[in-house]
Amino acid sequence: MTLSFPARLARWATALTLLTATMASASNDLVTDFTLDNGMQVVVIEDHRAPVVVHMVWYKAGAADETPGVSGVAHFLEHLLFKATDTLASGELSKTVAENGGTDNAFTSHDYTAYFQRVAADRLGLMMSMEADRMRNLRLTEEDILTERQVIIEERNQRTDNSPQALFAEQANAAQYLNHRYGVPIIGWRHEMETLGLEDALAYYERYYAPNNAILVVAGDVTPEEVRRLAKEHYEPIPPNPDLPERARPSEPRQTAERRLTFRDPRVAQPYVSRSYLAPERDPGDQETAAALVMLSEVLGGGQTGYLNEKLVFEQKKAIYTSAYYRGQSLDDTTFGLYIVPAEGVSLEDAEAALDATLTQFLKDGVDEAQLDRIKMQIRAGQIYERDNVERLARRYGSALTQGLTIRDIQEWPEILQRVTEEDILVAARDILNRDTAVTGYLMASDPTPKPAPEVSQ
Amino acid sequence: MTRFLLPFVLTLLSALPLRAEVEIQEITTPGGLRAWLVEEHSIPFTALEIWFRGGTSLDRPGKRGAVNLMTATLEEGAGEMDALAFTRAKEMLAADFDYDVGDDTLSVSARFLTENRDKAVALLRESLINPRFDQDAVDRVRGQVISNIRSDEKDPSDIAGRAFESQAFGDHPYGTSSNGTVESVTALTREDILNARKDTMTRDRIYIGAVGDITPEELSALLDDLLGDLPETGAPMPTDVTPALTGGVTVIPYDTPQSVALFGHAGVERTSEDFFAAYLLNTILGGGGFESRLMTEVREKRGLTYGVYSFLVDKDHADLWMGQVQSANNRVAEAIEVIRAQWADIAENGVTQEELDAAKKYLTGAYPLRFDGNGRIANIITGMQIQGMPLDYPATRNDRVNAVTLEEINDVARRYLRPDDLRFVVVGQPEGLSSTN
Repeated sequence: MTLSFPARLARWATALTLLTATMASASNDLVTDFTLDNGMQVVVIEDHRAPVVVHMVWYKAGAADETPGVSGVAHFLEHLLFKATDTLASGELSKTVAENGGTDNAFTSHDYTAYFQRVAADRLGLMMSMEADRMRNLRLTEEDILTERQVIIEERNQRTDNSPQALFAEQANAAQYLNHRYGVPIIGWRHEMETLGLEDALAYYERYYAPNNAILVVAGDVTPEEVRRLAKEHYEPIPPNPDLPERARPSEPRQTAERRLTFRDPRVAQPYVSRSYLAPERDPGDQETAAALVMLSEVLGGGQTGYLNEKLVFEQKKAIYTSAYYRGQSLDDTTFGLYIVPAEGVSLEDAEAALDATLTQFLKDGVDEAQLDRIKMQIRAGQIYERDNVERLARRYGSALTQGLTIRDIQEWPEILQRVTEEDILVAARDILNRDTAVTGYLMASDPTPKPAPEVSQ
Repeated sequence: MTRFLLPFVLTLLSALPLRAEVEIQEITTPGGLRAWLVEEHSIPFTALEIWFRGGTSLDRPGKRGAVNLMTATLEEGAGEMDALAFTRAKEMLAADFDYDVGDDTLSVSARFLTENRDKAVALLRESLINPRFDQDAVDRVRGQVISNIRSDEKDPSDIAGRAFESQAFGDHPYGTSSNGTVESVTALTREDILNARKDTMTRDRIYIGAVGDITPEELSALLDDLLGDLPETGAPMPTDVTPALTGGVTVIPYDTPQSVALFGHAGVERTSEDFFAAYLLNTILGGGGFESRLMTEVREKRGLTYGVYSFLVDKDHADLWMGQVQSANNRVAEAIEVIRAQWADIAENGVTQEELDAAKKYLTGAYPLRFDGNGRIANIITGMQIQGMPLDYPATRNDRVNAVTLEEINDVARRYLRPDDLRFVVVGQPEGLSSTN
């Protein structure tokens, strides 16, 4: 790639949490929180180096809160929130943000939907007035639905259907969950997206968009007093939704059978193996197991010097790339996963066998103490580096709070990570590496064969 | 269409922070290196950018991919350390080093804690001055690069990018992928890698920016230590190239549900007096916001795409005015028709005063907001140097944006936007489109 392209719009975030994104938290004295009378929680993160503020509203509702049959409606509604309200014309919010030198966007995950603007600090009140407005006063038309539905279908085309890697991940994820909506893609299944209507969007909006289901995060060159004054003015007058449902999703049954799948596509140039295991998530007041799994993913897959890389890439030369991940921040049961990209001439079967043999060997070898020290040093440094990017910090707080954690959990997390021992990591590894809960996938090339053109609505 | 305007919006607009609040110091080291520095002592770390002009365009004939492979192997062993030992040392210091290369620039980005500064710089120095390029490291990275090349060959966006570059730039280095081909990369020797380093990483083409917890005196000593032993001079820069694009459509058949289209024609030089008008014009046309003409017409009104953009491509040796859109195979022809019509409409009728004012407000308001982090500021001030901007540029830049008049921008629209010269490269199975000439 030698031409430079602008960043694409990031309206849709996967639930993927990189390790670096799970490690640190700001110095606690920079963070203030309080709750408005209508139940809306407010978090302020101060950083006075530049006259900039990030204003975010996070709803405790995402794709996994959808009802069956309307997959994608949470994300669809996120797009529709840029249409008209009682007082704003369609597109006027973004236009106003731009005219004030700001940028705005939104994103949807399985657990949350969030809207944000990044503007000069003295524009905060204007942002709040518009964001508060669209929390309750959206006015959608059938025309909005028809046009924007085409946009989200093109978004699915771009993100998923044009990418065999994304289609493969979607199938593997669906196989991971037997009962929970985490198995349904955030963007939606195509056949259901094509039928999403005005009533579907409004039903979701009425149910979940309310101050008692929202968290305001303001980060940057502001004081808590100023945020409190403005939030009381703009958000507190909005009445709470008394009928807000309790946030309980169907839970996973005990998983007792390994699942295996093979995805073939002529557009695949580089085959690989993925493996994911059902895993516990970070829970309020109970983050120790998750911390051990974070450390396990780092020990196995952290960069060049991870155990898998050292054995499989450097020593055995079976792979050109390996990785391990753990999505610890999640409202419900999550996943721990591994990838191996085989070296030229190594079959997927051989790569998988080498991966499993290496995991077995790891359980015998134990954790290299020097490596564990290095990881902990990087986590400590991460707390310093992180202060350079207040927007990332704002996202950290917003996502954690909408995924069931408390501010105390967020702030205790770095210390909990520091306390993880070799024994904790090995116990976690023995528990998690259970093939009965695992999905193993092969992504492979296939010969191009004529097939019917995919159907596109209209 | 404005139905709602808060009463205080207009008064607030006059309070826009029009100047970036960043104090840049220029230093010259005893060893003769020049650098820009922004001191920021509130967080105990430093972000350091070291850029070398030239990049992958300095690949020697027949050695396409050498500079890219060399750059990717810099961190794979240095001095007494092999690849794993080097990475372990870096991790123990919690330092981050990133080595990257593009058509025109090889960049080294580092950040390190104040408490570990000396050790981190000593380690970074080993990778810049004494990289080992062990054969097994070169071969390992080569395998990764070849895998990437093969993946790019099946990615519709990459297929479109390569075809567009090839038409625009032919035999010039810009006309082929920086990664090289499977054949060219397979054939590279360790000698080629050593040559690639000699050609690109030299003191005569270096640009340095630092932001963070460091004083001018400390930075000066650090830089002479870090970079003093680099060779003085490398390969000559490539020649300029005029894009050889002609108006029309190129369809590259590929079995995928959504077509990817790149389009463009000749652009505007950054040093041209037309540049700020063109920059404003591009913002109005398709500069990335939801409000641009292209987003409004192609996405918001017709739902033909998730994203459509235009952008000015200012390379050191060529300029393009380009755009990108992705639409389902049965809708991409309509998207292209709408894009052409917008291009023609602005060329013929220009933009409105209201559009110009809105774009100015956006660009001048957004500019100071860029300066909000050590890493980001280090990037900006290094980019300013490589583009030849003066030290006081951040304080004058918004005045130059505001100075553009409606007459000027519409004159630029007439002269530069040429709908008949647009070349569209479409990868997919687009219905109702076929290649012309």
